Amino acid sequence: MQPGAIQRILGLLMMIFSISLLPPVFVSWLYNDGAMHPFLWAFFGILISGFFVWLPVYKVRRELRLRDGFIIVVMFWTVLGLSGSIPFLLNNSIHMSVTDAVFESVSALTTTGATVIVGLDNLPKSILFYRQQLQWMGGMGIIVLAVAVLPMLGVGGMQLYRAETPGPMKDSKLTPRITETAKALWYIYLGLTVACALAYWAAGMTGFDAIAHSFSTIAIGGFSTHDASMGYFNSALIEAVAVVFMLLAGINFALHFTAWRSNSPKPYFNDPEVKTYLLILSSVAVISFVYLYFMHTFDSFGSTLHHAIFQAVSIGTTTGFTTADYYAWPGFLPVMLLFVSFIGACAGSTGGGIKVIRFLLLVKQGKREIGRLIHPNAQIPVKIGNKVMGEQIIESVWGFFSLYVASFSIMLLILIATGLNQVTAFSALAACMNNLGPGLGDVGAHYGNINDTAKWVLCFAMLLGRLEIFTLLVIISPAFWRR
Amino acid sequence: MKIIILGAGQVGSSVAANLASESNDITVVDTDTASLQALQDRFDLRTIAGIASYPDVLKSAGADDADMIIAVTNSDETNMAACQIAYSMFHTPTKIARIRATEYLELPELFSQDAIPIDVLISPEQLVTEYVQRLIEHPGALQVLDFAEGKVQLVAVKAYYGGPLVGHELRELGEHMPGIQARVAAIFRRGQPILPEGDTIIEADDEVFFVAARKNIRAVMSEMRKLDKPMKRIMLAGGGNIGVRLAKALEHKYQVKLLDHNLGRTRSISAQLDKTIVLHGDAADEEMLLEENIENTDIFCAVTNDDEANILSSMLAKRLGAKKVMALINRASYVDLVQSSIIDIAISPQQATIGSLLAHIRRGDVVVVHSLRRGAAEAIEAIAHGDKKTSRVVGRTIEEIKLPPGTTIGAIVRDNDVVIAHHDTLIEPEDHVILFLVDKKFIPEVEKLFQVGITFI
Repeated sequence: MQPGAIQRILGLLMMIFSISLLPPVFVSWLYNDGAMHPFLWAFFGILISGFFVWLPVYKVRRELRLRDGFIIVVMFWTVLGLSGSIPFLLNNSIHMSVTDAVFESVSALTTTGATVIVGLDNLPKSILFYRQQLQWMGGMGIIVLAVAVLPMLGVGGMQLYRAETPGPMKDSKLTPRITETAKALWYIYLGLTVACALAYWAAGMTGFDAIAHSFSTIAIGGFSTHDASMGYFNSALIEAVAVVFMLLAGINFALHFTAWRSNSPKPYFNDPEVKTYLLILSSVAVISFVYLYFMHTFDSFGSTLHHAIFQAVSIGTTTGFTTADYYAWPGFLPVMLLFVSFIGACAGSTGGGIKVIRFLLLVKQGKREIGRLIHPNAQIPVKIGNKVMGEQIIESVWGFFSLYVASFSIMLLILIATGLNQVTAFSALAACMNNLGPGLGDVGAHYGNINDTAKWVLCFAMLLGRLEIFTLLVIISPAFWRR
Repeated sequence: MKIIILGAGQVGSSVAANLASESNDITVVDTDTASLQALQDRFDLRTIAGIASYPDVLKSAGADDADMIIAVTNSDETNMAACQIAYSMFHTPTKIARIRATEYLELPELFSQDAIPIDVLISPEQLVTEYVQRLIEHPGALQVLDFAEGKVQLVAVKAYYGGPLVGHELRELGEHMPGIQARVAAIFRRGQPILPEGDTIIEADDEVFFVAARKNIRAVMSEMRKLDKPMKRIMLAGGGNIGVRLAKALEHKYQVKLLDHNLGRTRSISAQLDKTIVLHGDAADEEMLLEENIENTDIFCAVTNDDEANILSSMLAKRLGAKKVMALINRASYVDLVQSSIIDIAISPQQATIGSLLAHIRRGDVVVVHSLRRGAAEAIEAIAHGDKKTSRVVGRTIEEIKLPPGTTIGAIVRDNDVVIAHHDTLIEPEDHVILFLVDKKFIPEVEKLFQVGITFI
């Protein structure tokens, strides 16, 4: 543990984060919505506190160790979640309690997209923009951004990068140097966002809505600038654009990188994870469509089709945009969609859940155990594509899964203890831990009506999901602090 | 620079570690995933698991746009095949390979562009042998490094009480030795570098680096310490490649004894050597060392491939009365532990090898690079090109050149003459300039000094 080095980087990161409060100031000035001051105050506040965190230790230059990486990542997400709430608190146009402000800010940063705010359509533009922007930064991970921008994070950057990026195989680097890898990831991220914004705009959104929604689409966040989410636009074309970009953002960014380098879409077709991902989403879409059609939930064939596809992709990738009140859909559909969000998006993407590759490994491991019962002497390797997966990866996936289930059960009991009914508690927790957003029951439309304790538990669940369980649990394990 | 390193063994790992810290794009290829993982955890580089000579492995390591490939796997044949493939399939500009077997090395025409295209051959054993040989030829020196084909040498020596210059200012050096030119390039006092000025006083226990023409080295050393008598009796422990090469190089000038614990090996060594007495036994066997007159041995040199055995047998030899002991130590952290306390000289094969690779990575016309003090300092021989307009060094006197902090110019080799640098020495085109850098981080600035402007054709 090297407190000086940790403190120095923490201060630096805070100063970088404070810069992100300037675009909302600009938006506020552009639309003259009178909400400029909270952002300016927050900007100076975070900048100065970051500076004073950094100042006493600015000379400490030590290589980061593995443990320091964990602490920095966890502390930074916590500090960000808290300081990101400052603009909400300072703002006069919405009256939010501390709990609500922190919940909103954490939900944005973790790309969950669960909101406590009702009446989005009447809020100042700058606040709406700020929420979307928080999601966008949380999507790729602000620490990955910092690794790309700050060369001095250098070698220690790998420790941070590993603690923040999702997926079971974290050592695969796209380029030899970590800084270059982080930059490549952000270029792809930025490129997708620009393409998405242009597509939305061409499909009929206003410029502001197009940019705002592109942020939350590529980050797989799910925040919208309207209470009715994507349903507000009521346009099949916009929904189609959203579906395409949600699918793209849910694919491993390393694949985007390889495809871009080799100038061919081949890597997508050869990747077993993407195949499974598309298979899961399309079967969910087909099931939803067939069931909705026979239950006559929507009037026409066409609207049934696009609602089914949009909702399957939006929930399956853990984005959480809604076009219809999916929580009011008939029968098993809402619960099935919620279950699909547990699988989530691909590893190395911006999506949540336990990730398709882990799901695939779990299924194959299950199959292997059955195979072993039938042929006790057989050697059955677990293969993804043509590659044999090492025992260590499979073990780590099992460890991940068991911790996921364990922490889910414990938090579920706590939520029910705070007074939530079972459906609300289960769906809220699933939606937060998978970084999905909208739940069922009392939290179908928004999270404004549940009690404060529950909100704090859910904040923790969101961070747990975003940092993939281990990073956060490592910090609170006693072995970590033992010298 | 984009560099692919094949082989994550001792040489490969230390090269990777050295180069990764200099903002190069490094990819390491090896079949052993455990050692790759260890590298990846510690340094900012990428690793690929696979057989180094397979084209698809090279391709996934990024051979398409690599600037350099360094083949240092354990197998000479893999190294050669990898360079051949890199040449024919990926047109890699620079190909460096380690070749151990003298059977190949004897045929230089084998490594031409139309046979096996390897640009630079390195043979760590050969480099280490030469390094140890120079140390034996200059008793008392901690390090002896060649520049300009040995015309100029950089010598590190520990100052002791009794040396005429110890306790005096540096500028008196000239008065002490009329007609002998030398320049002190750096002084390390308790591990910290001091930039020498005319009024710097040399203290006992300082590590002094000085540059002088080869014939003057002994005279200069005598100023820093009482000279050791020339060596006569040498005992080598370890009959591996290095031990045998050393024995071959030394046996005609000195009385050499070579120890090895493997009976079969000693038999085949004794057949190769003429005058050396080859002994079968354990280097840490007290009885045998005493029997072989260890107390009258001038230098005991342990060169087995086991660090711990080398250190322990050297300690034992020292206690039994050997005048000076040296040990070959691979593990960098051991070098600092034992150097100049328990053991007189620790020989680090990595440091002896890395320099010959670094010379190809440095920009500008750099001929020789020697890495010093575990890679923190560096000595460079660079050629000045161009004229007063296009170059930042040519046509200027040394005090006019804007050297980065911690850098000194030690000497200049012009045609065949050695000119020891003074503040008013003028640098001419095609001069070989020998520089000493206390801090490696200023290397880019030195590289820039020796790069010629674009207008120069």
